[in-house]
Amino acid sequence: MLTIRGLTKTYRGGDRALDSVDLDVPAGQLMALIGPSGAGKSTLIRCVNRLVEPTAGSVEVDGTMVTGSGTGALRLARRRMGMIFQEYALVERLSVMENVLSGRLGYVGFWASWLRRFPQTDVDEAFRLLDRAGLTGMQDKRADQLSGGQRQRVGICRALIQNPALLLVDEPTASLDPKTSRQIMRLLVELCAERSLAAIVNIHDVALARMFVQRIVGLRAGRIVFDGPPEALTDAMLTEIYGEEDWAASAPPADDETA
Amino acid sequence: MNGWAPAPLIANPWARWGFYSGAALYLMLALGSVQVNWARLAEGLKRGGSFVGAFAHPDFVSRAAEISEGFIESLTMTVVATAVGVVLAIPVGIGAARNLAPLPIYGFCRALIALSRTFPEIIIAILLVKMFGFGPLAGMLTLAFATIGFMAKLLAEDLEDIDEAQVEAIRASGASAAQVLVYAVQPQVMARFVGLSIYRLDINFRESAVIGIVGAGGIGATLNTSFDRYEFDTTAAILLLIIGIVMAAEYGSGIIRKRLQ
Repeated sequence: MLTIRGLTKTYRGGDRALDSVDLDVPAGQLMALIGPSGAGKSTLIRCVNRLVEPTAGSVEVDGTMVTGSGTGALRLARRRMGMIFQEYALVERLSVMENVLSGRLGYVGFWASWLRRFPQTDVDEAFRLLDRAGLTGMQDKRADQLSGGQRQRVGICRALIQNPALLLVDEPTASLDPKTSRQIMRLLVELCAERSLAAIVNIHDVALARMFVQRIVGLRAGRIVFDGPPEALTDAMLTEIYGEEDWAASAPPADDETA
Repeated sequence: MNGWAPAPLIANPWARWGFYSGAALYLMLALGSVQVNWARLAEGLKRGGSFVGAFAHPDFVSRAAEISEGFIESLTMTVVATAVGVVLAIPVGIGAARNLAPLPIYGFCRALIALSRTFPEIIIAILLVKMFGFGPLAGMLTLAFATIGFMAKLLAEDLEDIDEAQVEAIRASGASAAQVLVYAVQPQVMARFVGLSIYRLDINFRESAVIGIVGAGGIGATLNTSFDRYEFDTTAAILLLIIGIVMAAEYGSGIIRKRLQ
């Protein structure tokens, strides 16, 4: 599904965010990408849909080369990749329905989209997704009236209505409370299974990742240093990814902030 | 001694006191250079008094036809100039936003805005009256040109402040550049842009009274004629009407802008 070869990104000023990354994600696999802040997780998924232009290397999605393609071909490739953001990135002043339908922009002409004349099949699908995500009846609310969890559900609907083959998910739960985080992760897992989507999920919360995914990839300073099932992610491995820390210590009581 | 005083603006005491005494000296010399003709002042005060006195008995009637014609011309000028200026300000504003436009276009649009904002309306009006002759056409073009500079600058600043995450999200869906503009950018700036357009309508009406004085048509021309004829009662009537309309417009635009939020 997703094939990444030799992907390198050097930012202006010389920071090497990604250093020759090779990665394959088959269809139907939910993969968690973990690593300390600044390891290049965000850069990696943004290089896949070229919101960030990679310096070198190739990305292939569903048999189509993403790297090296022109503007038109890039748009076609992006339609097959749904993206979900940490701060939801909904268009705040548009309604829930408009936000969901904006996932169809790659399929609809300019005037039709400007006049909000989306095909009936798209509108039907939008209603189905809103129902599925537990947002029944919310279609006319403005996005800035929703709670964090509801916003992220709208973000998920927007990504899925693209009918993607691959989901790029950037810290989906970092702005949410623990309960909502689990609900959102569960929804993502279920939807990926229903539609046999491949997904890369950037995530800070290692425990949450272990709970929900089949495969974890650890990134450190732009290189992959771990790739395996959650069971193989030992304390020694965590030290390798994040640096020295007492991983065996259980979570301290709530009032103890020393950890 | 543990006294404390705020640090002086100029640290060196010699430079500090030198600067203060120099400024005081200049002020005294400047005041001395203003020559006051007391006889002329006394006469002027009398004339000013009769002008102010006219506000007690404004004359709306004897020049009613000229006044209504002037106001209709001014309102037409204002509405047309605002509409044209606002529409033209959109592409210029987008071009002047660094996050949306490539460098050459950015430079061109910023130069256009600077040109429009450098000259006060009255100077542009004088120039355009010379080019197109007396009348409302010159006034309309003046106001439209000034509107472009004003609206495009404010629009460009709003555009540079938009939340890039929303733009990124729409772009990631495979949207074209034009679709990104209407889905991710327009919703973020639209409400304020409409509010500013109404505010500019307000300003253009006031300006139309001023530029009429240099021959650009509208109520300003009527006002000027009444001044020239020393018909201060008519002048007072016109000024009272301008004040009334400006206040009504301000009140109305305030309500509309509040609704838009």
